[in-house]
Order: sequence, then structure tokens, then C-alpha cells
Amino acid sequence: MAKAMKKAPKKSLARAKRSGVTIHGWRRENGRVGVRNHVIVLPLDDLSNAAAEAVANNIKGVMAIPHAYGRLQFGEDLELFFRTLIGTGANPNVAAVVVIGIEEGWTKRVVDGIKKTGKPVAGFGIEGTGDIMTVAKASRAAKDFLQWASEQKRAECDLSELWISAKCGESDTTTGLASCPTVGNMYDKLIPKGIYGVFGETSEITGAEDLAKARAISPRVGRKWYRVWQAYQNDVIEAHKTDDLSESQPTKGNIAGGLTTIEEKALGNLEKIGRQCRYIDVLEPAQAPKRGPGLYFMDTSSAAAECVTLMAAAGYVVHCFPTGQGNVIGNPILPVIKLTGNPKTVRTMSEHIDLDISGIIRREITIPEAGDMLIDMIARTANGRLTAAEALGHREFVLTKLYRSA
Amino acid sequence: MKAPQLLVHDKKDTVGVVVVEGLKAGTDMLAVITADNSSFKLKSLADVPIGHKIALSEIKKGETVWKYGHDIGKAVANIKKGEHVHVHNLKTKRW
Repeated sequence: MAKAMKKAPKKSLARAKRSGVTIHGWRRENGRVGVRNHVIVLPLDDLSNAAAEAVANNIKGVMAIPHAYGRLQFGEDLELFFRTLIGTGANPNVAAVVVIGIEEGWTKRVVDGIKKTGKPVAGFGIEGTGDIMTVAKASRAAKDFLQWASEQKRAECDLSELWISAKCGESDTTTGLASCPTVGNMYDKLIPKGIYGVFGETSEITGAEDLAKARAISPRVGRKWYRVWQAYQNDVIEAHKTDDLSESQPTKGNIAGGLTTIEEKALGNLEKIGRQCRYIDVLEPAQAPKRGPGLYFMDTSSAAAECVTLMAAAGYVVHCFPTGQGNVIGNPILPVIKLTGNPKTVRTMSEHIDLDISGIIRREITIPEAGDMLIDMIARTANGRLTAAEALGHREFVLTKLYRSA
Repeated sequence: MKAPQLLVHDKKDTVGVVVVEGLKAGTDMLAVITADNSSFKLKSLADVPIGHKIALSEIKKGETVWKYGHDIGKAVANIKKGEHVHVHNLKTKRW
């Protein structure tokens, strides 16, 4: 592990300067580039939310990330839980982490997982101590981390060192005409420069599954993708559906926006991966990509907060979120850039929109021009511009649960 | 070019998307096919909200509806040229 940590910065330096766009981010201990400098208080479980929030209240500038789970999970569901928590702490947008759990065993597992990045992390168990003493100890650690993090300087990095994720929401027909192809154009331009990309939303590819399969780098990866999609159809849809899903996919919001069928929604959704990109691997939920720079598919829900939480846990540092009718989602550690091509949404929900590309449907700007505008917004966001979601305090952190706890 | 009222993804498509707010019945719409920038005129038969679809030609009940050059479902009623196409006359073939 120590060897791998030493190697990483070298590799990222070799990749530097590829895009020609300089950004100023934080180069972390493992060589990865982050664009935020959060110190987070991560509860292991639902029971530890109160202590985590008390620490964040004591120490101004650290952020608690409460959530609903972490007790009596088992098997694959537990593995996903740990992967999500550890991945969130390990994300390069996070400078340091305080973990608080009801007991020390699983708390240590999360601490040890995050520690592999080389960043400062400390864990505290509540049992045998109580909330008040735990909060006191954890607050001291959080204060030390915060003051240390506040002196970490931004460094010159290349845009190509960013990991950029994409997922759309509250889609309508303008999503497929404008905002998703804009993200696709960005990927067509930046993936060859060496960024990591990712798209997901397994259920929402339904209707375009053959097209998605054909966009894999090889038939083997395409078959791997198709197995994931088919498993979702069999294990989730067929096992649990009580109707024809006509009010879930497309959603009520999608239908109000003019989308009629899942096929139509899927074809618009897939515009996000551009014209040339091919995905090089299929990731499990919250799994970090392992095959180097390129586009990945991740098996995720199509619900915005669940999907973005998983992508943040996989290590992505900037998110592009095309919306039609106006989804308001954010994430605690991953800046979510919202773009829309719907002029009505620009007018009625302007405070949520980072990038207005409604000129596309008026034929005033082209999709490649909108792609350049998005790349510029990504660079500005990486350099510190707060997204609409950050300014509005949207910190949706939603764990994906595979089945009920023991 | 004048701003179009209707955008069509592909030559093969049988529906287009209204891209202006407040489109009224009887409007002589400028439609543009984004794939090749070609254009044509089409009269809308109804008030159709932004983002909703309009049939480019007559579509008979049971026929496939095309958008993005792909099958997006089947007509579940006869649809006239210029008519609003949505959940009342178009359904997925899957669910």
C-alpha cells in the first residue's frame, strides 16, 4: 500500500498539462486532485448522527454528514455500506475526517479504510463513554484537522486530472435536445485528454440497452454491462413491481415535461456519453475505477441523490447534472453543476441553475459551443466557484440499500 | 435562422418537440431537423406545452413512433398530423 501511495503523484504529474487548462485544486497525499477542502464528521451509523452534528456545531467550518443506516447490515449490502462511507471519506474533496460510531469495531474499519489515502483521520466510539465525552474528544480532533486543512494551499493542476461524473434528473425532452448532449460533448473533448468520467442509472437505460451495450470498449465489457442491466430487470423490476412502472419511469415530472415512454427517456439520457466515448469498465455501486483514465459505467439507481452519493464515494470530484424540469439536488462533498436547456426552468428556477444553455433550442448556440461553456464552468467550479446547490445548502447524502437489515 | 417552434432529432422521426412556451393551435410552425439543419413547416392542431411532442405525419393506432431515429413505443390511438403526442396516445411496448 505504501508503495502504491508513493507511485501515485508521479503518475499524475506525468499526465499533467494535457488539456492546456490550468486549475487550482488540492493535491492530496495519494496524488489525487480535489477541488474542495472539506473536513467532515462522518457518523458510522444512525445512532451517531447526534454526536456528529454536535461536533460540527462546536467546530465552525467542519461538516457533519448524517445518514440513516449502518446497523445490522450484512453481506453485499454491508460491503456496499462500507465502500460508500470509506469512499466518501477518501474522496480528494475531503481534507480530513472524524468518524464517530456507536462501537469501535466498525468505526475502526471505516477509519482504516480512509487512512489508506494518507489523509488525517480519527475515530471515536460512543459505547462506554457516552455522547458528551465523545463529542468533546472528537471536537478537539476536528478542530486540529480544520486548522491544519485551512493551511493546505491550492496547487496548479491540469483540468485533465479531474474525475468528472454525470447524471441527469427531472429530465424532459429538452434534456435530450440540449443538456445531455452538452455533457456528451464535454466528455468527447475531455475523455481523450485523460479525465475519468462515469455515467450510471441502470434502470434508465431501459429502451436504449442495445445502444448502451454497443458503446462498450469491447464485446466483453458490453456483455458485462448487459448482465448488470438484465440482473436489475430480473431481481428488482420483475421481483417487486406492482404495476407497469408508468408513474416511476418516466416520473410524473418527466411526463409533465413531455417525456412519454421509458425508451424516449433512455435515448435522451444516453446523449450524456457523447458521440465518440466508449466506456472501459462496469463498476459496482460506489466502486472506484481501476482501469485508468476513461469513461466508466456504474450500476446505480436513477434517483438523483442515491446515484450522486455513489459517484462521490467512487472518488469523482466534480459532477455535471443536466436537468429539464429543475432538479435541485446537491451533495455534501461533490459540487453538482446544474445545466438546463429549458428556458422555462431558467426563468422559474434560476437560483438552481449554474449554466443556462437554452440558446441551443433557439438555435443561437451549437452543442459544441455549449460543451465549451460547460468545460469553462467545470474549471471555474474547480477553482472555487460555489455551485447553486452549494450556495443553497443542498447536501443530499443518501445511501443505497440493497435489502433490509438483519 | 429564425428560432424554430419545433425541433426534430432525426430524419426518420415521426414526432418533433415543441421548444417555445405558449404554442397555440393553428400555429404555422417552423420545424428544424437537428441532424442536418434542414427545415419544414407544420401546422399545430392543439395548444401544446413546451417540451411536448407533435406528430409530423399521420400515425395509425398500433404503429411504431420514432424519435432519435429509434423506436420509442407504439400509438394506442390514431394520431393526426400536427396533433399532440403524449401518454394519451403513445405507450411503451415494454411495461
